[in-house]
Amino acid sequence: MAGLAASFGSGAMTNSIPEMDDADAFFVIGSNTTEQHPLVAARIIEAMRLKNAKLVVADPRRIGLAKLADIHLMHRVGTDVALLNGMMHVILEKGWENKAFIAERTENFDSLREVVKRYPPEKTAAITGVDPGTLSEAAELYAKSAKTMLFYAMGITQHTTGTDNVKTLANLAMLTGHIGFPSTGVNPLRGQNNVQGACDMGALPDVFSGYQRVSDDDVIRKFERAWGVGGLSREPGLTVTEILHEAGTGGIKGLYIMGENPAVSDPEARAVERCLRKVEFLVVQDIFMTETAKFAHVILPAVSFAEKTGTFTNTERRVQLSRQAMKPLKGCLDEWKIICGVATRAGYRMGYDSPEEILREINEVTPSYRGITWKRLETVWGIAWPCPNEDHPGTPFLHKERFVRGLGHFDPREYMAAFEVPDEQYPFLLTTGRVGAQYHTGTMTRKIPLLEREAPGAVLEISPEDAVALRVREGSMVGLESRRGELRLPVHLNPDIPKGTVFGTFHFSEKNMNALTICALDPVAKIPEYKSCAVSVRRL
Amino acid sequence: MIPGALVVCPFCGCGCVFHLAVRDGRAVGITPINSHPVSRGSLCIKGWKAHEFINHPARLRSPLIREHGIVREASWDEALDLVAKRLCEIKEKHGGNALGFFSSAKVTNEENYLFMKMARAAFGSNNIDHCARL
Repeated sequence: MAGLAASFGSGAMTNSIPEMDDADAFFVIGSNTTEQHPLVAARIIEAMRLKNAKLVVADPRRIGLAKLADIHLMHRVGTDVALLNGMMHVILEKGWENKAFIAERTENFDSLREVVKRYPPEKTAAITGVDPGTLSEAAELYAKSAKTMLFYAMGITQHTTGTDNVKTLANLAMLTGHIGFPSTGVNPLRGQNNVQGACDMGALPDVFSGYQRVSDDDVIRKFERAWGVGGLSREPGLTVTEILHEAGTGGIKGLYIMGENPAVSDPEARAVERCLRKVEFLVVQDIFMTETAKFAHVILPAVSFAEKTGTFTNTERRVQLSRQAMKPLKGCLDEWKIICGVATRAGYRMGYDSPEEILREINEVTPSYRGITWKRLETVWGIAWPCPNEDHPGTPFLHKERFVRGLGHFDPREYMAAFEVPDEQYPFLLTTGRVGAQYHTGTMTRKIPLLEREAPGAVLEISPEDAVALRVREGSMVGLESRRGELRLPVHLNPDIPKGTVFGTFHFSEKNMNALTICALDPVAKIPEYKSCAVSVRRL
Repeated sequence: MIPGALVVCPFCGCGCVFHLAVRDGRAVGITPINSHPVSRGSLCIKGWKAHEFINHPARLRSPLIREHGIVREASWDEALDLVAKRLCEIKEKHGGNALGFFSSAKVTNEENYLFMKMARAAFGSNNIDHCARL
């Protein structure tokens, strides 16, 4: 998000899902779309079948979509910047860039040219493992198709170079003019049903709702007036990983966790447990006894999605109304009522009759949500922000005619290796992710029998070549170790994984890959490098 | 059979809306919607089964308080009083920066907004974040 905000002025998916029907080509990088965003993947496949759209996939694994792609760039984990700079090198060399777009809508192009000059195909191949011919074909397909949509996900962001990766994608889209028009754009696919909304609502350390900065005096005055308080802090707060770290060192003494499970989802799980144990007072609000709740001093039973009414914002910024399907289970309380109860008891009165009344306040204080009213949402399949007033239809694609920040900003980045790379002691590269039949820490999906049948437990995926070298076969137990932890688990031989790389998930708390992952953060976005760390694998 | 209320899927960010059918207080089934612009009558394997964890016996049904290592059931009043009291004590002794708040990518916009408002207005802390980075 930070990367896109710097390049374009807004850190969200630029275009919408229905626009995919009219795209001529798709470029998917760092997204296992068929598993993680199945309905988006279905749309890509449909456009290929019905409209002859083309597909380029860049992924270190031969993922489902890669098998259907016209071109698969199987680059090494963590070499995205080099790969994309290499593509831009080819585009500039062949003159496939969009000169008019660059001249009219962007700035700092000369410095981009300087940097990508240093990534000729042979050098790119040496870093990424992608041969020059394939690289050139991919660059041609991306640049020369009339309307190309670019999609990415955590495969791009969960690196210490995540912000660099995103800025480099933005550079590629601006270089070719595939942004600011229907069926184009740079589109980060969001992994949770309301991760976009949580960001929009200011559940972030540095902004209020609608990305209004806490460091801005006018913004502070506005919220102090709206909320009837004084002395709101102008100092940006800490991120999730920083808060946990501070909890471990005693800086954070009270922690209130609503609907998250950091004991499983965060890197270096053993260190996270230590931090959670150290917190003086830990509140967990959830629907199940999660691994995190086991450390809590107070556990508050909330309601599930089916028992509540409210709005969710999907990956394409579409705000939709979700209706209550059933009454809260006996003993459980709506999240908003719990929050009002705590705040009021703490001496700050919060009284609302309904989620509708809360949305009305959001409309008042949040310019991008001003026109997204409850009444309108009752009759349509959502409205995409920004929507400045009630007569505004919403904004399916951003940056039309001008970027939110004015001119699009080229910020060329150099390739940097991952924080921890394989060595003699830890010769394998571990990359983590999710599988299609489970979801995140498994709190919900592991209670669904059919999904447990499809993905019943943790395995370590390794290439058949490595299996031979390790003298293991399907189902053999191995010991997996990093500098931060170890696990014993069975192997699954997967010919779609490159030699030297192993893959695991964090769905299964009893065999959690995050025991091994590294808490090396991207310096800007503070996202941990889940996608790459060094491990050893040994036959047991 | 009645299709049930229009509900946003709880899993990924695609934002499919489906009908969630309820019978005798139990979620019993899901029907996709042809006219929905993302779902278009389809769902993934997780979406089709999203009703199955709602009435799961492992759902938490009472506030719980841990005292001297033992967890016991408590009333809502007692639990909320304790949360407010302890957070206020920490704030008064060490300031709002000694508190942290993890909001959720799983709850509604309204709930995220209120949680953020509570952290900032009631407890004076900007240490609020959620799992967008994870």
